[in-house]
Amino acid sequence: MLENLPVLSLIAFAPLIGAIIVLLLPGARSSWLRATAIIFTLIPLVLSLWLFAAYQPAQGGGAYTEHSTWLAIPLNIEAFRGGITSLQLGFDYHLAVDGISMPLLLLTSIVSTMSVLASVHIRKRWKTYYSLFLLLLTGIYGVFLARDLILFFIFFEITLIPMFFLIGIWGYYGREKAATRFLLYNGLGSAAMLMSFLVLIATLGFSMVDETSYMFSGNYDVLLSNLTDPNVMANMDTENARYFGIFLTDNARWAAFILLLVAFGIKVPIFPFHTWMLKVHTEAPPAIVMIHSGILLKMGVYGLIRFAVFLFPEQLHSWTTALAVLGVINILYGAILACVQREFKLVLAYSSISHMGIVLLGIASLEEVGLQGAIYQSVSHGLISALLFLIVGSLYERTNTTQLNELGGLAKAMPFMSGILLVAGLASLGLPGLSGFVGEFLSFLGLFGSMKILTAIGVLGILFAAIYVLRSILNITYGQMPEQFSGMKDARFIEALPMVTLAALIVLLGVYPSILTDLMQNGFAGVLEQLQTRMGG
Amino acid sequence: MDHLQTLTWSDTWYLAPEIVLSAFTILLILLDLFLPSKVNRNVIGWLTLAGLIIASVFVVLLLLSLGSEAEADSAAGSYSLLSGSYRIDDFGNLLKLVFLGASAFIVFSSLGTVREEDVPVKGELYYLILPAVLGAMVMSSSGDLITLFVGLELLSITSYVLVATRKRSRLSSEAAFKYVVTGGVASAFILYGMSFLYGVTGGTNVFVISQGMSAALENYEALLYISFFLMIAGFAVKLALAPFHAWAADVYQGAPTPVTAFLAVIAKGAAFAMLYRIFMNTVFLAFDSDNTMKNDIFLALSVLAAAAMIVGTVGALQQRNVKRLLALSGVANAGILLTPLALSLTEMHASLYSEFLYFLLAYAFMNIGAFSVLTIVTRDSGNEALSGFAGLYHRAPWTAAAMTVLLCSLAGLPVTGGFLGKLFILFGTVQTHTYWLGAVLLLTTVISYAVYFTLIRQMFMRSGAIDSGLLLSIPAAITIWICTIATLVLGLMPVPILEWINDIFSVSTDLFMLQG
Repeated sequence: MLENLPVLSLIAFAPLIGAIIVLLLPGARSSWLRATAIIFTLIPLVLSLWLFAAYQPAQGGGAYTEHSTWLAIPLNIEAFRGGITSLQLGFDYHLAVDGISMPLLLLTSIVSTMSVLASVHIRKRWKTYYSLFLLLLTGIYGVFLARDLILFFIFFEITLIPMFFLIGIWGYYGREKAATRFLLYNGLGSAAMLMSFLVLIATLGFSMVDETSYMFSGNYDVLLSNLTDPNVMANMDTENARYFGIFLTDNARWAAFILLLVAFGIKVPIFPFHTWMLKVHTEAPPAIVMIHSGILLKMGVYGLIRFAVFLFPEQLHSWTTALAVLGVINILYGAILACVQREFKLVLAYSSISHMGIVLLGIASLEEVGLQGAIYQSVSHGLISALLFLIVGSLYERTNTTQLNELGGLAKAMPFMSGILLVAGLASLGLPGLSGFVGEFLSFLGLFGSMKILTAIGVLGILFAAIYVLRSILNITYGQMPEQFSGMKDARFIEALPMVTLAALIVLLGVYPSILTDLMQNGFAGVLEQLQTRMGG
Repeated sequence: MDHLQTLTWSDTWYLAPEIVLSAFTILLILLDLFLPSKVNRNVIGWLTLAGLIIASVFVVLLLLSLGSEAEADSAAGSYSLLSGSYRIDDFGNLLKLVFLGASAFIVFSSLGTVREEDVPVKGELYYLILPAVLGAMVMSSSGDLITLFVGLELLSITSYVLVATRKRSRLSSEAAFKYVVTGGVASAFILYGMSFLYGVTGGTNVFVISQGMSAALENYEALLYISFFLMIAGFAVKLALAPFHAWAADVYQGAPTPVTAFLAVIAKGAAFAMLYRIFMNTVFLAFDSDNTMKNDIFLALSVLAAAAMIVGTVGALQQRNVKRLLALSGVANAGILLTPLALSLTEMHASLYSEFLYFLLAYAFMNIGAFSVLTIVTRDSGNEALSGFAGLYHRAPWTAAAMTVLLCSLAGLPVTGGFLGKLFILFGTVQTHTYWLGAVLLLTTVISYAVYFTLIRQMFMRSGAIDSGLLLSIPAAITIWICTIATLVLGLMPVPILEWINDIFSVSTDLFMLQG
């Protein structure tokens, strides 16, 4: 039944439709607005669960592609000699899903649903809030689905604008500064990305439609096939080729690669580009941090894998040590600083940096296991940090503080929430049986084959993780309870529901990892094979 | 060319838009003079609008007839009057359409908002737009240095008067005076540069100059250098390109807001038209691709473009006055608009003109929209400070939303015309391997987020001094919405318009003058 529907477009644009409906509803009816937002967050969830159920790894998701021409901009052809009848700059509307985007798509749909439920704590301007929230979702889904460089870029940029407002209007005291910093850092990343993309389009994107008509295409598949097929330019008229300037020189290749690293490195974030995300973690409303820490950072990981790994495996291969070193710095820097923070949200922020370092190690391994680990760790960290910030949001509602020294003994007043907090904390420190362990294990395992010493140093991060997680969680749940907390109620049903769901998923991924690894089975085979032949030959 | 072609009756058809504008100007001057003072001068505003619309209808008709002629015979598609000193071609017609349309929007949007207390000579404000547009049209349509200069002066001198129409404002008089002085100096520079060109090639007709170029290059290289660089400096002042932009902020601030919008869009576009016409026919056409002078001029133009982007954006960071802020944003945008022209002097690349025209169009919409919002907001708050926008979201959420779209377009965020416009220009820099200019464009774009989002922050995140709803004027509101929707449409569906431009416009018949 669903086979005939444009499922991917529905996933990406259902939230946008929801945003428009929210805008048309009366602003005072908060329950209507909320219900609409929840419905339009559930639609992508249901659809992506269906996709997940129907997904066959062997096909590589080939069955689910949507492809049509979006912009075919005619370029002036007077400049070129010899019978060219048309030259176009073509950007496609091309959505697809494969083993790499599927887990992240699922993550997005789950975390966003939990986040919209957690938005009960939003107290003002519901209409604007929910419409921006839904617009943000369209951007995120688009990023994970888009297979055209410019389409990808547009979705990537679309996430910036709603995030700016969501941080700046509904955040805490330093919200405006955090919003501006978010915008500028990410804008810088996007600028680097756009430059790199345009270089790629102007070179690798060049393709022949037929004998006399050519086009510059932004389609990812075109780039990929042009990249792997060295003979693609062979039958080009060299006189014109000089005019088109389409040869991707080695320097340009390196420049494009480094620009991509910077672009997605800011998003991940890789040390030293991380300062913006600390601000966002502490100043944005918790429901939005769930999205930010749970999904947006993974856009960086996804971008690194989709573009840096797949388009530039050779360049990456010669830089794996550097990337691994950066990963180790991330792990240790985040972990050590997380140990000394006095603000719980900052502990979590630094822990995110540390965990994203593990993802980098997985990527740096350039092994199937490691790359799977990187994705797995992304999904797992997405769920864990979403859960942690869900709890932070509910805690702050009651205690009005997240300073560690002002909290304590909450296990007495709120046994349920404290229990969930402990589960999330244990998952975060990598306890076997919970999802965090699997992701970390796979990433370290992948890297161990090639860089034993770096892996060993990286593993130290897990030690620190145990320290900072237990230190802060025990501080919150045990010890002397300040008097003003004594009458506080435990989680309401609406808060407990997402907590239980997320905790259950964390356990599920911990005990049954093949749910995700099966998806990714064939995802990396192609690129690694290609790397091997090119390295070997 | 031994005998001068004279104007015949049949040529009036080709000059219909210009004739309409002149006729309306004279008519409205007389009307303003004889109309009793108690009659609201909005009548003149509406008639001005009518004149602009009629003229643009004629331009469209000309475009269509040129198109069908070109289909019948591929050599046609342009028409030359008075031995090439006036040319009717698609280059000029497309620009004329932009100028007329933009002026029509500016006049329409100001119909409800220009107040007699501020502009005592309201009638003048409206009807003087007509000769100014006429000047811009002459500049985009002429193939002779003298006619070009006449157009430039017609535009400039009327602009000086327009800036001064806020007669009771000290700022306005100061602005007008500054504008007269700098504008006059700039015109002098341009004319001086032109005189050298005439001296070394023996003609004022651009075709003749283009023919004489190679001989001149051999014998008078130094003089040619002087000529081109004098002209570049003059145009840089007219376009407010850094470091020749110092007048812009003061003049924009002092002028009535509709005039500011006019200066930002039409005056700039016209100067670009003239620059294209002269430089493409002389520098581009006559020089070899590896000529030193051509490379020097390319370097000068691209450095100017980069400087304008950097200075405009960085300067706008500290501005607290919205009009000055938009003036500096105009400096940066002039740099972006100059980029395609500069790039076309390098190796030929795939698009020479459509990226310029597309960005000009997007720029016109976003600027006119933003200035219309500014007009309404300043009318309420009484000043042009940034804080006047505080809490706009609470007072007029839809206007705030429209302004956000327009500002996103100025900042080059998707999905707006400003984004795609910048994207095309950026693609040009990549295609010609001028990566550094592309990098400057991108970096200043990121810095400009800080500029435009300061305004957005005021609108959405601060509470203002006034709580009552914003008093909208209907024409201004309509203009704002048309501009907003057009900005979004340009960002989502640019293909029809680009295809249309590509279909009718050809560099060789419409821009190059290959015969007299």
